[in-house]
Parts: sequence; structure tokens; C-alpha cells
Amino acid sequence: MTERCAVIGVGQTAYKTRRLDVSIAGLVREAALRALEDAGLTWTDIDAVVVGKAPDLFEGVIMPETYLADALGARGKPMMRVHTAGSVGGSTGIVAANLIRSGVHQRVLVVAWEKQSESNATWALTVDRPYSASLVVGAGGYFAPHIRAYMQRSNAPDHIGTLVAVKDRENALKNPYAHLKIPGISREMVEMTPMLWEPLRYLETCPSSDGACAMVLASEDAARSAPNPPAWVHGTAMRSEPIVFAGRDTVSPRAGIDCAADVYAQAGITDPRAELDCAEVYVPFSWYEPMWLENLGFCAEGEGWKLTENGATALTGDIPWNPSGGVLSSNPIGASGLIRFAEAALQVRGMAGEYQVDGARRALGHAYGGGAQFFAMWIVGSDRP
Amino acid sequence: MPSETTAHVLEFPGGYTRSVGPVIGRFLTELRSGRVVGVRTAAGRVLVPPTEYDPDTGDAVTDEFVEVGPAGTVESWSWVPNPRATHPLDRPFAWALIRMDGADTALLHALDLGEEGPEPPRRLRAGLRVRPRFRAERVGSVRDIECFEPEVTMYVAPTRLEYRLHPGRALDRFLEGMSEGRILGHRCEVCDKVLVPMKGLCPMDGVPTTEEVEVADTGTVTTFAVNNIPDPRAPEVPFVSAYILLDGADVAMLALVSGIPADQVRLGMRVRAAWKPREEWGRSIGNIRWFEPTGEPDVPFDAIKDYT
Repeated sequence: MTERCAVIGVGQTAYKTRRLDVSIAGLVREAALRALEDAGLTWTDIDAVVVGKAPDLFEGVIMPETYLADALGARGKPMMRVHTAGSVGGSTGIVAANLIRSGVHQRVLVVAWEKQSESNATWALTVDRPYSASLVVGAGGYFAPHIRAYMQRSNAPDHIGTLVAVKDRENALKNPYAHLKIPGISREMVEMTPMLWEPLRYLETCPSSDGACAMVLASEDAARSAPNPPAWVHGTAMRSEPIVFAGRDTVSPRAGIDCAADVYAQAGITDPRAELDCAEVYVPFSWYEPMWLENLGFCAEGEGWKLTENGATALTGDIPWNPSGGVLSSNPIGASGLIRFAEAALQVRGMAGEYQVDGARRALGHAYGGGAQFFAMWIVGSDRP
Repeated sequence: MPSETTAHVLEFPGGYTRSVGPVIGRFLTELRSGRVVGVRTAAGRVLVPPTEYDPDTGDAVTDEFVEVGPAGTVESWSWVPNPRATHPLDRPFAWALIRMDGADTALLHALDLGEEGPEPPRRLRAGLRVRPRFRAERVGSVRDIECFEPEVTMYVAPTRLEYRLHPGRALDRFLEGMSEGRILGHRCEVCDKVLVPMKGLCPMDGVPTTEEVEVADTGTVTTFAVNNIPDPRAPEVPFVSAYILLDGADVAMLALVSGIPADQVRLGMRVRAAWKPREEWGRSIGNIRWFEPTGEPDVPFDAIKDYT
């Protein structure tokens, strides 16, 4: 990997419960066109297309990448699909970046999406097999016990999850694309909502969204003619681990720790809280903010909830997490990781609008998936590495 | 006392013979051919349904007919929850004012949304795009359009996969054990850990495993969730899904916990498998209905935290 890679275009659809007005092709097209417009390019300028989404069982469209080639201007061009469960948006961005960094291509379009209204993710995530007790509990039911274990291990007070649920929705009010916009969101409002998967309340979980996110990645040469400021890729890393093995730490998985260490080393970062200006981290359930604060080395083990509690991760804090509103506010599953990567890029490009972190120069984008077993991360900066 | 009523019918023999003139005649003729036309006024407006004289000026309309549609837009509507015998549809429908594409006025017709309920469906609103459903046999009448119906915006794709599962040697043995009421695992010869159910390999060490071990059907809850969303396999809502570390095993497995109110389940609680009656056993982990408390003292969290 010798070539530099820059994000020169970002495009998103508004995230909504149902986009009944467009097909899946129309949805991805909308995001792609906006990314091309940001990059000042047209379809013919693109060398290759990389796409990602969650498992095919979600919408029941098998190998959708073949059907979407036309919608994404990929006729006669290399097109590939990346597939790493919920972390797929992040992995897709990294595969696209590697096509630039390896010198193979000059301009790569990367697109990820989910149209949850056409599907039932809870069903698709919990298919029945005779080998294991199979309960239709979905992602919330899977993660809730691990959250309970975190609460016990860290002695965190019960209200920490509520604080995250409020903070991310307050940020979402500033993001024109965010799905959940709840004016006057408050702790009382969150605490009034029912427990879905105790200890998780309704408003401590992510919504089901339709939406797509796209980016145009470019080589240093190609980035020179970009009309808007680029975000430079300072490091990328992916790690995975099996969902079950003896001694597995499901609260703070080894793969996440190793992935973070790798991406920090590439970017020359030794103290992420001090050296990063903000982070877009995959937090689909409120308590994953303190859990990932620890897993990603922003603090010592058992201390994550204190950062949340004292406001360090708020938009006004010293290390804002999810200024866009995060996955808790918009969750088109397959796109959610790429949105984190794109929002990190928007911050260091100074293009994040009302939720811009003042003077952001380096940001982390993070995605996880499966049973917290697939991780993808990148660090982007306003300076050329 | 209600007054007595008498049923009475007054019917014109054969029906009135109505001359329609050139304008309405063209409209009805086109309907018989499966088309909708309007007539243009001197001011350039297209009237659908056509009138013979411009309602704005009283002048005769021009002799220019304009095909409109085939789609149109609902401008206003009234829901009919209980259709009468003479209504065009026998299930709830809407009377709607529909402006056909290319027309300047709206046509009143029945709108079928395929609904059965008394409440108007949410998608019925001004702006809904609709098309006429023509009868196969047409005679030159506004009833040649049976009704209007919404444009196609979605279709349902039923999906069903049937396939044969081959569990493989290791899982096959596990399921055989289940069919005998035994819980089997494998011990890894490198890390010495017991994996239940076994898959024939150790994910940590990347080596095949073959040493079979039977573990107990008692264990400890390492962590759990209280689920308030119904599940067909759970006895009730709320139900508890828990990770259970079976005695003798080194990985916790996900299972239902029952036989205790959900709000009394605890980390470290001791449980035992509740097996279904033997005659219901198959080659499935479903032979264990759920786990129930044994009543033994709880295991301290420190002793199980490395399994969370």
C-alpha cells in the first residue's frame, strides 16, 4: 500500500422508516449521485464500484450487486460486493480504499445500503436450526445479556444508557438526514418507554431504517481536482473472531481491541481520546457507547461509563462520539458502518453542518457486526498523511 | 308503534332511451374502447367528464377531444364503510374525485383499495395515484370503468427454502446424545477446554477435537435478558433468555429460563434442564424445554465473570 487515498465525495439519502417511493436500485442511485456531485464527477469518471449490505436474507434479494450494476454505472467496470454482517459498511469502505492505496484504481465509488421496510431483520437474524436453542430475539435480545454483564463488571449506574440515548438523539436533531428526530428528547422520555430486552428500553435501541450511503474515494492525483476539501485516509483495519470459544470476552472482544491497536499504530496515535477530535462509532444500543469507549482504548477498563456520565462524549465534550446522531438515530443496517466512515470524513472536511465539531482534524470511523465479532475501523484526517 | 310498510317497485319498462349527443357520445364510445377522453373548451381547458357547453362561459365546447390518463390523482374522497346493494362494490370503498392526467377537472368514481375494514386506509389521501379498472364486456357507459384502483407500488414476494441439513460428524453425535437425554461436548487437547455443543474443532486453537465428554444438565446463569417481545418457542411474555454454563463445560450456551418470575432471575443462579417427556424427544436440542432454578445458592459473579 504505497498510494494515498482521499475521500472526495460523500452522499447520503435521508434515513426513513419506509422509502416506498423508490426501489432498492433507486435508493442506492440517490446516494451515489449525491456523492458524485460532491466530488464534481460523473459516472464515466469512476473506475470501479464496491458495494456492501447486510445478509441477503434481510431483503431476500439474492446477490443484489448483480441487479444494481446498472443503477451504479458499473457496466463494463469492476464491481464487487463485501460481506461482513453488520460491520459490512466499514469493511466495504476499507476494500474500496485498498483499491486506491494499492494503485489499482484512481476513483472508486463505494455504496452501502439497507431497505429494512422490505424485510424483517429480527426474523432473518434468528433463523431456526435444530442444533442450538433458537429464539426470535433479534439483535437486541442477543446483545442485552452482554450489556447486563458489562453493567455488573463495571458497576455502572443504571442511567448511563439513558444518557447515551438522549445525547445521540439531541445530535440527530442537527442532522438533516437522521431518521429519529425527537424534539425535546429527555431522560424522562427515554425512561418512560417500555423495556424491550431488559436492560434495554425501547428508546435505547436503534430504529429500522431505509437508506443508502455512498463515497467517492480517490488517489492523490485524482483528489487534486476535487471541488471540496478531501479527507485523507490515515489508517484502516479489520479483525474478526469466532462467535463462541472458551474464554471469549463478549463484553470487550479481543478482535475490537486488536483492530483499534492496529488502526492507531498506522495513524501514529497513542492516546485516542487526546489525539482524535471526534469519533463515529457503531452504537446500536445505548450501552455500547461506554462498552466501546473501553474496548477502543479511550479509557481504562471499567471507566467508559464515567466519560459518558461527565459529558466527555457530548458534542460539547472533549471527545464527541456520534455527532451525527449515530446508529441510535439512523440504522439502515448494511449502510450503518459506511455512514460512520462517511461522517468521520465529513467532520475532517469541515462539511458536517450544524453538528460540525469545531476544528476537527482527525476522526475515527468504526463498525462492528455479527455477535460483536467483526470489526472495521478507519482514521481520516484533514492533513495528507 | 312504527307504521306498517309495504314493498313496492316502480320500473320503467325496458329503460329510458337517452340520446347523448356528439360530445357525451364520443366520451361513451371511447369508454367502450377502453379509453377516457375529455373535450377542450374555447379557453383551452380539458373537461373530463366532458360537458356539451362550457360551464364557465356557456359557450359550446370545441370539437377537439383529448385522450387523458391512463392514470389520475385523487383530489378528494369519502369513505363508504357499509356499501349498499346498488353501490358498484360490495366491500368498503371510497367515492373519489379523480383528476385524470391531462384533464383540468375531476371525475367522480368508485375507488377500490382492497380493504375490508370500516376505517379508511392510511394510504387513502389526496394525491394518491390511481388507474381505471375496465370491465371486460363494455357497452358505452361510465360503468365500463368498474372502479379505480391504486397504481402498483409494491408486490409481495413469498419466499420459502426447503433443504436438507447435514450436521456433520460432531454435531451428529451431539444430536444423537440429545435423543438419549445426554449433553455431549468435546475436550480440546491443546487448551483442555470442553466445548458444548461440539463442532469437531476448537475455534481458539484451530485443531480438530475428538475427545467426547458428557456434561451435566445442571449449570449456572452467567448473564441474561428479560425479553418482552413474544417468541413462538417461549412459554410467555416476558421470557428470560440466558447464557448457561453447564457444569463441566467451558462455554456458555443460550437457552430459555423458566419456572421462576422473570424479575427474580439472577446472575449466578443455579439451574437444571427441564426435559420434555421422553416420547417427544427427537434429534434436537429442543428436547430441553428450558432451564429451571435448582434452589442451590447462587455462584458469586467473580467466579463466572470470565465466561461473560
